[in-house]
Amino acid sequence: MTGWLGALVLSATVLLVAMTIVAYLTWIERKVAARFQNRIGPYQVGVPHGWLQPLADVLKLIVKEDITPRSADPLLFNLAPVMVVAPALIGFAFIPLAPGLAVVDHPYSYLFFTAFASLTLLGIFAAGWSSNNKYALLSALRMVAMVASYEIPLLLTLLVPAVFAGSFRLTDVVEAQRGLWFIAAPVVGQVAFLVFLVCALAEGNKVPLDLIEAESELIAAYNVEYSGIKFALFYAGEYAHTLAICALAATVFLGGYLGPAFLPGVVWLLLKILVLFLGVLWIRWSLLRVRIDQALRLNWMVLLPIALVNLLAAAWWVARS
Amino acid sequence: MSAPIEVVEREFGELALNMGPQHPSTHGVLRLILHLSGETVVKADPSIGYLHRGVEKLSEHLAYDQLAPVYERDDYLAPTANSHAYCLAVEALGKIEVPPRGRWMRAFVAEWQRVSSHLVWLGTLGLDLGGALGGGTTLYMHCFREREKILDLLEELTGTRYHTNMNMIGGCRYDLDGAMAAKSVALSAEIARALPELHALAGDTGIFRERTEGVGVITKDLALSLGVTGPTLRASGFPTDIRTAAPYDAYPELRFEIPVRQAGDALARYQVRMDEIAISLRLVDAIVEGLPPGPLFSRKPIKNPKATKLPAGETYVAVESPRGELGFHLVSDGTAQPLRLKINAPSFANLQAVPHLLPGGLVADVVAILGSLDPVMGDVDR
Repeated sequence: MTGWLGALVLSATVLLVAMTIVAYLTWIERKVAARFQNRIGPYQVGVPHGWLQPLADVLKLIVKEDITPRSADPLLFNLAPVMVVAPALIGFAFIPLAPGLAVVDHPYSYLFFTAFASLTLLGIFAAGWSSNNKYALLSALRMVAMVASYEIPLLLTLLVPAVFAGSFRLTDVVEAQRGLWFIAAPVVGQVAFLVFLVCALAEGNKVPLDLIEAESELIAAYNVEYSGIKFALFYAGEYAHTLAICALAATVFLGGYLGPAFLPGVVWLLLKILVLFLGVLWIRWSLLRVRIDQALRLNWMVLLPIALVNLLAAAWWVARS
Repeated sequence: MSAPIEVVEREFGELALNMGPQHPSTHGVLRLILHLSGETVVKADPSIGYLHRGVEKLSEHLAYDQLAPVYERDDYLAPTANSHAYCLAVEALGKIEVPPRGRWMRAFVAEWQRVSSHLVWLGTLGLDLGGALGGGTTLYMHCFREREKILDLLEELTGTRYHTNMNMIGGCRYDLDGAMAAKSVALSAEIARALPELHALAGDTGIFRERTEGVGVITKDLALSLGVTGPTLRASGFPTDIRTAAPYDAYPELRFEIPVRQAGDALARYQVRMDEIAISLRLVDAIVEGLPPGPLFSRKPIKNPKATKLPAGETYVAVESPRGELGFHLVSDGTAQPLRLKINAPSFANLQAVPHLLPGGLVADVVAILGSLDPVMGDVDR
């Protein structure tokens, strides 16, 4: 299949699969979190183990009253949820699914992906600002501080796989890992992966770095005024963003679709994404939250120097061999 | 008549933020008017009274024997501490003797509720520090799992999980039999085994220490001048505990240490309370072991509560509730009802520190400090 039709079918498939996965990530998260906390989790809606729960959640949120506060900026307020979801989903278009197969296989797909992943945060800022709520405003300001800091080490570490592969095309990055996954590159690969993981927690708004949401301080923060389907979009956007970041990590550090031949490449990719997602859940459901000044200090004093040195080391490694 | 509109004065560039009375981290219905410069708190003004139920006024309209259950609704995390202090006050004024077994059984329930109250405190501190969507909830659930077992034990003992109605003037209602005693011993061992797990989720983690160390420091002088009491006072380096300072019931015969910390910060308050859990677990074992035989209740069965009259006079009796000195000041004019009853609530005293602690900190510190002070709004407002 080539041309417009093929691209349309492929992108529709990826979108549908991604949205279904996002819906079921919420179910997985609730189940995993419940196990962490001596609970069972969703159990009543659907046999076995409440597997219809995500569907019930979505239905409930769709029929709930959709409120736009009188003092909010209506245009930005209603646009913000879309601004959160759309970029996170567009990101999936760049993930290679099989050798040479991605919805968009652009020479700079790697850069495009990171750009779109960051755009999500613009939607969060729009929501925080347009809600005209003090908690939402504080959250939006926190977000600016956090993103301005954590984007730098994040992008610096994401350059490491690009340096190894010598290309900004994600399919090339995956193919370059045929011999050795980049996470296995001595020291440099592991350091890059760990720094990336910490930054991804901050970008993906997860405990211990979920200062943007911080519901024990700022209630629900940027989405405090949202209800119904718009809230659902934020929720989906958050999971889609996490999923996209896990997909990127699986692609550039864990060899993407590469794996023993008894399973198709897409399955390997999904398995790797799932493992990463469970790792994020493990961190999320066992740690407390840091304070904003501590989070920023961690970034500027620790992550940024490490990321810089690590990038130089990677460049030296490539230049030598 | 409509309420007057409240005008909050603030400097230019400051953000006045109403935190509460509906807020996940204000422990019920405390309202804080925060003046923020960026995220830094410039001024904090606590506003209380949202849970005022007029308990003290109600006291003047009920008979002495009807009042004990009313006070159990004050500090709803340690209900028996309230009725305990009340019964002691009435007994002191009326010169009513309590049989030894009754005194020990009171202490038994009081110590179990101290453990259960501190477990709620730790769980909610976890929620404050970690949020509902993260490790905080995990800590909370682990604390509540342990607390649930205590509530089950109390339910088996008294028929109620919570407002046990244990204390009566002249003794207490429910007795401990051999099987229940064995259950209590097994449970205290079980919770003692779970304590390292709670430490591992809270105090042993770097993030918890970062969030609490040096946060909300109450110096000894400030603590004494504000009248701060209980674990909060002991965390500021002042070793006082009503159970040893003015022993009541079984406590003169029990030996236990009083945990003290010098730092006065949120971490010190955490350490003091965690030590208290361990000590209270040892205390319940000691009580079960040394429980004297005999009756629980010294008076005749009460047929008409209005028949109980106290001699005219005045007394103040305090107990060590999980939050500190809980005192009942009782004035009697010789009738069947108190002329005036004033409750000296520890949460109210500890809350006085809030305007001194919050300025200079960040919004995130506000919830950490509040959580570490452990205020119960039912106790504050009464």
